[in-house]
Amino acid sequence: MIRTLLFALCLLCPLGSMAALPLPLLQALTGDDADARTQAVIDLGLSVDPQAQVVLEALRDDTLFTLKGRLLVVTGEQAADAATGASVGVPADAPEPPEQLTVNNLLRGEAAKALALRNLASKDVDVRRSAAKELASEPPAAFAASMATAAASEQDADTAQLLKLAAAQAQLQSPEPGLRIAALNSLADSGEPAIAAMIKPLTGSVEPDVQVRDAARRALNAIQGRLFWGDLLDRLFTGLSLGSILLLAALGLAITYGVMGVINMAHGEFLMIGAYSAYFVQGVFQQHAPQLQAWYLAAALPVGFLAAALVGAVLERLVIRHLYGRPLETLLASWGLSLILIQAARALFGPQNVQVANPGWMSGSLAITPSLVLPWNRMLIIAFAVAVLALTWALMQRTRLGLYVRAVTQNRAMASCVGVATHRVDSLAFALGAGIAGLGGVALSQIANVGPEMGQGYIVDSFMVVVLGGVGQLAGAVWAALGLGVAAKFLEGWTGAVIAKILVLGFVIVFIQKRPQGLFAQRGRNVDA
Amino acid sequence: MHSRRPFLFQLSALAASLTLGLITTAAHAEDTIKVGILHSLSGTMAISETALKETALMTIDDINKHGGVMGKKLEPVVVDPASDWPLFATKARELISQQKVSVVFGCWTSVSRKSVLPVFKELNSLLFYPVQYEGEELEKNVFYTGAAPNQQAIPAVEYLMSKEGGSAKRWVLLGTDYVYPRTTNKILRAFLKSKGVADEDIMEEYTPFGHSDYQTIIGKIKKFSAEGKKTAVVSTINGDSNVPFYKELGNAGLKATDVPVVAFSVGEEELRGVDTKPLVGQLAAWNYFESVKNPTNAAFIKSYKTWAKEHKLPNFETAVTNDPMEATYIGIHMWKQAVEKAKSTDTDKVIAAMAGQTFMAPSGFKIEMDAKNHHLHKPVMIGEVKADGQFNVVWKTKGPIKAQPWSPYIAGNDKKKDEPDTK
Repeated sequence: MIRTLLFALCLLCPLGSMAALPLPLLQALTGDDADARTQAVIDLGLSVDPQAQVVLEALRDDTLFTLKGRLLVVTGEQAADAATGASVGVPADAPEPPEQLTVNNLLRGEAAKALALRNLASKDVDVRRSAAKELASEPPAAFAASMATAAASEQDADTAQLLKLAAAQAQLQSPEPGLRIAALNSLADSGEPAIAAMIKPLTGSVEPDVQVRDAARRALNAIQGRLFWGDLLDRLFTGLSLGSILLLAALGLAITYGVMGVINMAHGEFLMIGAYSAYFVQGVFQQHAPQLQAWYLAAALPVGFLAAALVGAVLERLVIRHLYGRPLETLLASWGLSLILIQAARALFGPQNVQVANPGWMSGSLAITPSLVLPWNRMLIIAFAVAVLALTWALMQRTRLGLYVRAVTQNRAMASCVGVATHRVDSLAFALGAGIAGLGGVALSQIANVGPEMGQGYIVDSFMVVVLGGVGQLAGAVWAALGLGVAAKFLEGWTGAVIAKILVLGFVIVFIQKRPQGLFAQRGRNVDA
Repeated sequence: MHSRRPFLFQLSALAASLTLGLITTAAHAEDTIKVGILHSLSGTMAISETALKETALMTIDDINKHGGVMGKKLEPVVVDPASDWPLFATKARELISQQKVSVVFGCWTSVSRKSVLPVFKELNSLLFYPVQYEGEELEKNVFYTGAAPNQQAIPAVEYLMSKEGGSAKRWVLLGTDYVYPRTTNKILRAFLKSKGVADEDIMEEYTPFGHSDYQTIIGKIKKFSAEGKKTAVVSTINGDSNVPFYKELGNAGLKATDVPVVAFSVGEEELRGVDTKPLVGQLAAWNYFESVKNPTNAAFIKSYKTWAKEHKLPNFETAVTNDPMEATYIGIHMWKQAVEKAKSTDTDKVIAAMAGQTFMAPSGFKIEMDAKNHHLHKPVMIGEVKADGQFNVVWKTKGPIKAQPWSPYIAGNDKKKDEPDTK
């Protein structure tokens, strides 16, 4: 409390009156002059009047209105005078309704900084910390003194550090070489690319003092070293993320094509079925359980799996079953099935993309360093891919079904001889592959567009992963997906998305020519092959 | 992907519509005027183009309710070219040769327009193209009711360079890889250079149609913007890629106050599928926004919302209007006026009658068709995204400005004529 009071006292000077915000200041806000508006916002940031906080928050939230030259804060049905906070009655059928004040990016940015300055006095550590973060880049010069005061009395180490960095930025312009060196030394702790850019000119001839130049060089090296690792990790992460998506898309195919040897062109449509299941479940939750809306994805997973597995089992019974051992016919038939499934989706859900919302816990990101920001949805999808992989692996390696599937694919006749019901195993295995594709589809619905043709975009990638990994192997698919993902992302960094795609395809073609069996060849006596 | 779509499929669809077409022609040959609607209702562009089909149907319905054109009712013929560029040409030919339509309203992407151009020239028919585009074209058989670069792209960049717009000094030109973004960015690069922006302060990036992984590009933008100068992004991403792009932008925490993104193909309709709260302040440049306040616009919005509700369009509760919808609306009305003036639907007579047509547009201005260059004089508006997905107009021209289809920023254009060749 005392701290707040002190803070307030030191700001008391510019504006005397406590009763209401001065009218010229508010008029400048509504005026056309950009400089006057910016100045008004800075004054609001420095003002001691609690009403200034209200006006700045209203600027941030876009709730400022003008009515006959008067500035109003309108929240819902309530309107209050911006200068005094007194409530104002605005009849709903007024001849001239209040007009919303146009707030552009420039004004919004200034308002955020001014609000952050005021929030430095907050009792809540988190509020202070995010305020310091906001002020850490390019704070207005007028705020320097107040920020220094706040930094001196700050107890939270993180916040104090941020404020110190902000103050050091201001100090860089100081005419005193000693101060500049001190500023550079504290800036060297930063991981912010913007600060590296700020220091860079000081390493050259712009800076008259040799010692300062040296300090600048040291600071720059320290920051760039940190940035390099951040950048590398960022690329690795995006590569992993793409790899996990490829893996989710391809895992189902690794069973139907990789293990069973069915060239299944309708694989992409199983992904689509999974994605539409997510859309369907979302709709059901919206209707019947809006309070559980945030968790609809959890329910969508089993639905997606079962829906795709069911369709897979039916298709296997009706079509694929009759074509085992005839790869060309299977290819054509499954392609036809894929068209039927696409049309069915069009008929059921319409030709346009449908909207599958990201629940709150899938949005936003985790900032590890200023240059390394990991979005939650990507991290969760990587984790999900690992989980699905573990599940598939356990099913294939640790259950009787898995054993039968492997036995049947390696030597159908012998498996049949020792009493394996090969037809039943085929059905189950195909349904399992389709169901896993359905799980992948649910995950894809969170990052890609969901539409009838979405599966077409993944079929080529999926086959690429399975073929590159080596037919008949789950492990191969994993390495191939991760390898392709990381390679594509590193290439994209250099060449752009279009060329990267071409290069990756070219590489796969060359690789398959040199090593037709893929990364991992199936070992053992394979009679069917 | 598109090219791999089964031809058998197209063939059967063609056969079906052919038979259907024959029946309808026989029934209505005398008392109606047929108009073609050529917009993708499936595929990557459906997100944008479906609403244009609905707008066209609504406008035609409205004209019919008010007595039609020259006492005849308009009969819309809708086809779906499915975001498949060669299919646009096939469908256009079908509309003109078999369905005998008098005029076609359609296309969104420039690549689809380029694909149908030879058909319209060969059969001497009429296309109304309702979307902003890159210019560098002036065809006798086309009327362009969207913006030319000087009516959208250039003013948007000028705004971002101004103090109000944040004084951007560094530029990322990001687009889908086809003719419109490539040409627009060529013009913008020349324009930026003329304003003293160095080559190393411009980054150009392209992605394929339907691209959905924008992590790397957003990472690059972040890095590029951190190199000292204020950076702005000019996005010419088209179609449903915009949804993952804006989602990723929101997740990556790149705010409009740090790096503003101005888009030329994103309007109210495209943002319907996106949570706009993290996008507040991102910009779009158009000649119309739904948030523009005037009686004509209020009536336009109301009639579209009513139409959406009556026809149970998907998510009709959140139906919005946007710039290309307004351009479609203007185009159909101007064509009607021209037909009435020419007292004929003959292509050449209508083209002559189009010159100088005026129409009170929902943008709040009386819009005029240029006497010569087949483009509209349009006002330019720049809007910032609000939390509710609408746009807040932060800058606009005083009145409509004339289109320059041949941008002065491309070498050799000063010698080109501001009217189409009549042959």
